[in-house]
Amino acid sequence: MKFFISIITIGILSFIIGLYAPWWSLAIVAFVVALFINQQPFSSFLSGFLGVFILWLLLALFINAANDSILANRIGGMFGIGQSSILLAFISAFVGGLVAGFAALSASYLRTKK
Amino acid sequence: MRLLPFCFSALVTVLLLFILSRPIGNKVPMPLGNFLSPQTGFWQNAEDTAFDYNMDLLQSDLKGNARVYFDERLVPHVFAENDEDLYFIQGYLHARFRLFQMDLQTKAAEGRASEIAGPAAINYDKEQRRLGMKFAAENTLKEIEKDKEALARYTSYTKGINAYINTLTQSTLPLEYKILNFKPEQWSNLRTMLLLKMMAKMLSSGTENDLENTTLRTILSPTQLALLYPQVNDSLVPIIPKGTLFTEPMRKHTLPANVDSVYFSNPRAVVANEKYPEDKDNGSNNWVVAGNKTASGAPILCNDPHLELSLPSIWYEMQLSTPTSNAYGATLPGSPFVIIGFNDNIAWGVTNSQRDVKDYYAIKFKDHLKKEYWFDSAWKPAQQRVEEIKIKGQASVFDTVSYTIFGPVIYDAAYADTVAHQAALAVKWTAHHTSDDGSTFYKLNRAANYNEYVDAIKSFECPGQNFVFASKTGDIAIWQQGKFPDRWQGQGQYVMPGQDSSYLWQGYIPQNENPHALNPERGFLESANQRPVDGTYPYFIPGTYITPRGIAIEHFLSRMNSISVQNMMQLQNNYYNILANDMLPVFLEHTDEAALTTEAKKYLGIIKQWNFDAGPTSVGQTVYQFWLDSLQRNIWVDELKAAGTQVPIPGEQTLMELLKIDSTLLNFVDDKNTPQLETLTFQVTKALNSAAAMLAISEKDGKLEWAKFKEPAIYHLLKSNLPSFAREHLPVGGAGSVINAIKKVMGQAGAWWFN
Repeated sequence: MKFFISIITIGILSFIIGLYAPWWSLAIVAFVVALFINQQPFSSFLSGFLGVFILWLLLALFINAANDSILANRIGGMFGIGQSSILLAFISAFVGGLVAGFAALSASYLRTKK
Repeated sequence: MRLLPFCFSALVTVLLLFILSRPIGNKVPMPLGNFLSPQTGFWQNAEDTAFDYNMDLLQSDLKGNARVYFDERLVPHVFAENDEDLYFIQGYLHARFRLFQMDLQTKAAEGRASEIAGPAAINYDKEQRRLGMKFAAENTLKEIEKDKEALARYTSYTKGINAYINTLTQSTLPLEYKILNFKPEQWSNLRTMLLLKMMAKMLSSGTENDLENTTLRTILSPTQLALLYPQVNDSLVPIIPKGTLFTEPMRKHTLPANVDSVYFSNPRAVVANEKYPEDKDNGSNNWVVAGNKTASGAPILCNDPHLELSLPSIWYEMQLSTPTSNAYGATLPGSPFVIIGFNDNIAWGVTNSQRDVKDYYAIKFKDHLKKEYWFDSAWKPAQQRVEEIKIKGQASVFDTVSYTIFGPVIYDAAYADTVAHQAALAVKWTAHHTSDDGSTFYKLNRAANYNEYVDAIKSFECPGQNFVFASKTGDIAIWQQGKFPDRWQGQGQYVMPGQDSSYLWQGYIPQNENPHALNPERGFLESANQRPVDGTYPYFIPGTYITPRGIAIEHFLSRMNSISVQNMMQLQNNYYNILANDMLPVFLEHTDEAALTTEAKKYLGIIKQWNFDAGPTSVGQTVYQFWLDSLQRNIWVDELKAAGTQVPIPGEQTLMELLKIDSTLLNFVDDKNTPQLETLTFQVTKALNSAAAMLAISEKDGKLEWAKFKEPAIYHLLKSNLPSFAREHLPVGGAGSVINAIKKVMGQAGAWWFN
């Protein structure tokens, strides 16, 4: 239960704060949420990762669908991964998720007793 | 707390943030974290395809009511109550859709490309500054500031751009800023002037070959020069119909006393070459037909500006309307007004005049400080501007530019490959001192008849343009308008002595003597970058004219009647290679079929069947181009190589004209590297044989059809750095000498943005 609440809290807070703050605010969100909702290190990492991964993936896919993949295909070409907008959405989400995951992991280690 | 794991994961987090917050080498110039974020990065630029732009314009800075309506092609139609609001909104919309383009062009104009592109652009920036681009923009702005009303219009436009810039957030920043990781700068009236100077450079800086001519003179005799690079081509069809009588010139000039010994017979090789020359084929077509030649009885005006095709386009289509004016047409992001278009009463268009309005003077500095130069028997102080070139990721570079009575010193020991013992070169260019050229378009947007059109254009100075005109009342006209130096015969063809005031321009051709025509009997007028007048025009007007398109347009227009708009659109896309039609009979006459290879015979068979159509599927055009290129190499390279630097080969038109009257081509046909004498038949046959070998390779690659061979493409402004943004393999034909003048490759130059 904690696990799912973590994921959802991190996702929603990252989204709201991300409307006003720079992208890296998600690291702070994941860190703070993981401090308050204490979990095993691996679960913390996974909830931080999934919270942002799912958020970014949904946002990217939603934007991409409305745009008929016009821009993402070209950006994919620019990065040398070809005209694959879906892959680019997954890569974006993975990058965001990774940062949030490690931030949450740090918080978890901070609270875990020896 | 588990200290070690905590430290490790905290370190990984910080490291990730660090890596994702800065560029990673040249391949990834943007901070990836921000760029990939769907909330602030490039995803935010992926607009909904059904986005309603009409909702997008809500500005509180307007004086009156205003409305913008986007039609189904997203062309904005602006309706304002006064000029102030009109140009405010134009500025806002230009910025809304083209901010990066405007920013890039004006930064490049000012010599600040290195701030975006890094050290690779340093020399480009130096050349812009040494050409005096900012100096020119400042001078024009000073002129505009004397006219309160004009200044107010430019200021409204500037405010509109800044109003848009001020709305930008990290997520709404245009895509290119996110890719290149920088931010837009506030707009200013000076930047509008810089944009216009960039156009002036594009259209009137590359229209001379003074340095190359000076070099050519060291290897060619005056007679050879005059014949190979003629001022007036024999087959020229000028803009002003032949037979038009020109009045006795109002101006008289005097030759410098020592002109023969010091100027004409003093060959001096020039090592300097412009490193970033403008494309000399930057040209356009326009024409107008009178009501008695059209189906509807109303005149039809056409204009096809052949400036480089890019994504986004150099042009932006709009309607600009107030209760007292209503103009529609192509606008230039970075400048207010409609540049090419129509209003309720008239239509107008422009092509480039190709006139030479830029000369070089050899300067003798007192010493390496470049603070004094020898002029009229005394050391004269030079103004100096110290230019700081800021560079992305590197310390600034400084360059000192000396300004002489002629203009800025573009080449000296500190820049370009001028050898140290040689005089420095100052550049004199009409664009350095112009009045408010932009206001010509303000007036044209409102002109109602021929007289108001003439009044609008007569103050236009640089770059010289062929303003074609038609009115609802049935008048058709054309003026070649600009501020053109009144030169003595030969003045400015070569680098001129810079130590003597007698070599300065003595004045300008009076405006009313500029070539013009009104309602000619034949019922049409056209311009296509050819020389505006035949040899009877009483002034010396060198330039880089392009002859064949004008001949082709005249060929068709003179034969057409009951013309519809549809007919005119077809003519704009016409693929007839009229020059090949003249050239090929010479080739065929001098082909020794017995000496041809089997392959060559096959291609000869193809070209004999050719109807001179240079369309996308034409094979004849490909064969012709290979054959011509090969023959030109055989004829010219052995002699012109002696120049030691890049010089232009004589034009295709001139080659055709000369071959028709002299099959030895002043002995240039002979390969001077061999003891025997080569004939034209030998060279033409040899050229076809070597062309055939290359054609066979092309054919094997499936690239024999013209469009497949030349592979036309339109690139993003950042050129080859963003190939995935280009439109490649366009199925279009055409050539520089064809009415539809799409050339082999567009926009490959300047591939230096990411280093």
